[in-house]
Parts: sequence; structure tokens; C-alpha cells
Amino acid sequence: MPATPVTDAQWPTEVLESDLPVLIDFWAEWCGPCRMVSPIVDQLADEHGAKLRVLKLNVDENPATARDYGIMSIPTLLVMKGGQEAKRIVGAKGKAQLEADLDAFLA
Amino acid sequence: MTDAHDVIILGSGPAGLTAAVYAARANLKPLVVEGVVEGGPTGGQLTLTTDVENFPGFPEGIMGPELILNMRQQAERFGTTFLTEDVTATALDARPFRLSTASGQDLHARALIVATGAKPRRLDVPGEDALWGSGVSACATCDGFFFRDKHVVVVGGGDSAMEEATFLTKFASRVTIVHRREEFRASAIMVERAQRNDRIAFELNAAVVEVLGADGTVTGLLLEDTVTGERRELACDGMFLAIGHIPNTSLFDGALDTDGEGYLVVDEPSTRTNIEGVFACGDVMDHTYRQAITAAGTGCRAAIDAERWLADQDD
Repeated sequence: MPATPVTDAQWPTEVLESDLPVLIDFWAEWCGPCRMVSPIVDQLADEHGAKLRVLKLNVDENPATARDYGIMSIPTLLVMKGGQEAKRIVGAKGKAQLEADLDAFLA
Repeated sequence: MTDAHDVIILGSGPAGLTAAVYAARANLKPLVVEGVVEGGPTGGQLTLTTDVENFPGFPEGIMGPELILNMRQQAERFGTTFLTEDVTATALDARPFRLSTASGQDLHARALIVATGAKPRRLDVPGEDALWGSGVSACATCDGFFFRDKHVVVVGGGDSAMEEATFLTKFASRVTIVHRREEFRASAIMVERAQRNDRIAFELNAAVVEVLGADGTVTGLLLEDTVTGERRELACDGMFLAIGHIPNTSLFDGALDTDGEGYLVVDEPSTRTNIEGVFACGDVMDHTYRQAITAAGTGCRAAIDAERWLADQDD
């Protein structure tokens, strides 16, 4: 199951009120490195979906959330836990490095 | 010992992928270690561009990431395999060559093609690292979007600085080019285009000595006049670096010869390095042209050189 798209409007219910920690991939069509990271995020959704909700937010179509969270570079991966930002990963990384960075949420 | 690959290619830009197409078609079953973050993004610098209009064969131009994806598929079609990882260490003192990856894999190669490219040079000033991705960027096409109606600075005086500044005026209300000297390395046409743009201003004879921030975002730069030594603050919301590139050679720990600027030295017109069985292509060995098409050209040469060298080995 690939990462599920999420919009500005869905943010409160899908992210802030989620019981599970949520990983959100901030991306855009024109961002080359995002195209490299997105398939890895899909794999994370596949393999860790029981521990972590995995969503993706298109910043072109949903600028408000990106602005609210001060996203100034993509790809950015955000982990939200209990409605609060718990982790921020800026820039493209490989699967092994991402899993290491997200270790606390995957265990 | 795990079986040695005939050819391992380090890098997944136009040089590495062209080498892969040729090596695969020569039945060498190349393994491309794509790299992820250490040397820049997978697919290389082209993935950070938009329209590529000077790569022959695409009369209407093509998007950089799409061009790279096409090359990758072409390499895959002839039997190239890919490992999406960074190599973290190399041992080139004995054959087969040994490589270790970030996830701890050990790889062995009879021949090695180095196509690790180059990555953007940083200023190495206080504040730069802490604000990287929070207003400091080396990729206008990736991050310009987040500076709508803001004031951004582009640091540099070459073609890429002029190009980034012009591109950023699509979003930013004001762009200031900060450059250490009064003269530009950029071509006259690019400088004129920037000068004619009324959203672009220039700060010349100015060096950035610190990136200033508050609450995790950039608020300005501390500039030093390179003539008088005077310091002053320039308020801005972001800083884009366009001050050249550094070839990615740290992996080889001095085992491969480099020139004064850090580029790998090859035995022109071949792509042989000082270590027999190791070949280099693309931006890591080219400080002169640095184009997608020249990188592809040297990638082709490296694959042919590697193929001929392997054929001459007895084992």
C-alpha cells in the first residue's frame, strides 16, 4: 500500500487526531529529489504501516500546511505524534538511513 | 568471499548510467551503486534541474529528472542492476576491489568505474549548517517555491548564480546577488539578463561571513566588504548558494590521483586512473565542460576502456 495523499483540509482529522504516529512526505511534482524519496516512503508504508501511518502532502496543492510548519525545502519528512511534531528529516536519504532516523517510531 | 562483479559503477548521473548502458550491452552485468545522499541526490545534479534544452535528441527539451529516468530504464533493459545506497569505504590496493556500503554490504569488483560527480560547494560560515533546509539551499528549482514574495540572496558570480537569480524572481519579490568581486565569471549575456531584471539587485565586493537566523529560519546575512573590511547586515529570508562544485572523491581517501582542484586525473584520451582497473568519468574528472552530454560521453569511454581491460586479464 503506497503512502496515502493528504490535503490541508484533512490535516486535523488525518494527522492531528491520529492515534498512531504519522509520517508525512512533503513533496511536489517539480522536485527531483522528491521523486527519489517517494518510492522509499511507499516502501515504509508497506512495511511499517502497523506502527506508523504514512501520508504524502503535495505542497503545490496544499501550501497552507507547508507554510504553517515552516517547510522551506523539499523533500521534508515530518513525524507527528499526538498532534505534535516529533521528528523532521530534510533532504533526500536512502532507505537504510531513513529507517535509522525513524528507529524510535518503528520499534 | 562473495562473488566479484565484473564491473561496479559508482554514481547514477549521465556518466554512470551511460557507462551502465555500454557495459550491460557488452554483457558485463554491471552493478550501479546509485548513491543517495553523500555525493548528492540519486540520479545526480540533473535531477535538480528543470528543462534540459541542450541534450541532443530532444528537440523540444526534456525535464532533467525524466532524462535520467530514461537513461536508467535503458541501462536496466540490458541487464544492469542497481543498489540504492551510498558506498562508505573503498579498498583499491588489491584486486578485486572492495567496497562497503552504508547498510554494511561488502561488494567486490574486478573493474571499477567512478562516476561520483560533484556536489555544491558550501561557504563554511557560522549559521550555514544550522539553517540548511530552513532558508539555506543550493537548489533554487527545489526550494524557490517556498520564497514567494520574499527577499532572497544568491551567492556567486558565475552563470549558475545568474541563472538561479533569474529563476528565483518567478517567486521572490526581490533577489540580491552577493559576489566577492566586482567582475563576474558569468557570460556577458547572463549578467545582462540579470541586470535588466528589475527584481534583481547586486552587492559586489561582499563576502558572507555569517548566516543570521531566529526561530529556526534565516533573517539575514552578515556581509564583509572585501575591499574595506567593513561589516554590515543584509536582511533577507533565504540564501541560495551558487559558488561552484566540489568533486566527490573523499571516498577514495587519496588512493586516486587528483589535480590541484580535487578532480580525478585520468590518462587522456583514456579514462584510466592511476590504479589499474579503475576508470573515471563525468564531473568527478571534468573541470572544463561539466555538461550532461560530456558526462555521458566520458561514461561511454569508461565502459569501453573497462571492457577492453577486462578482456586482457587472464583470470
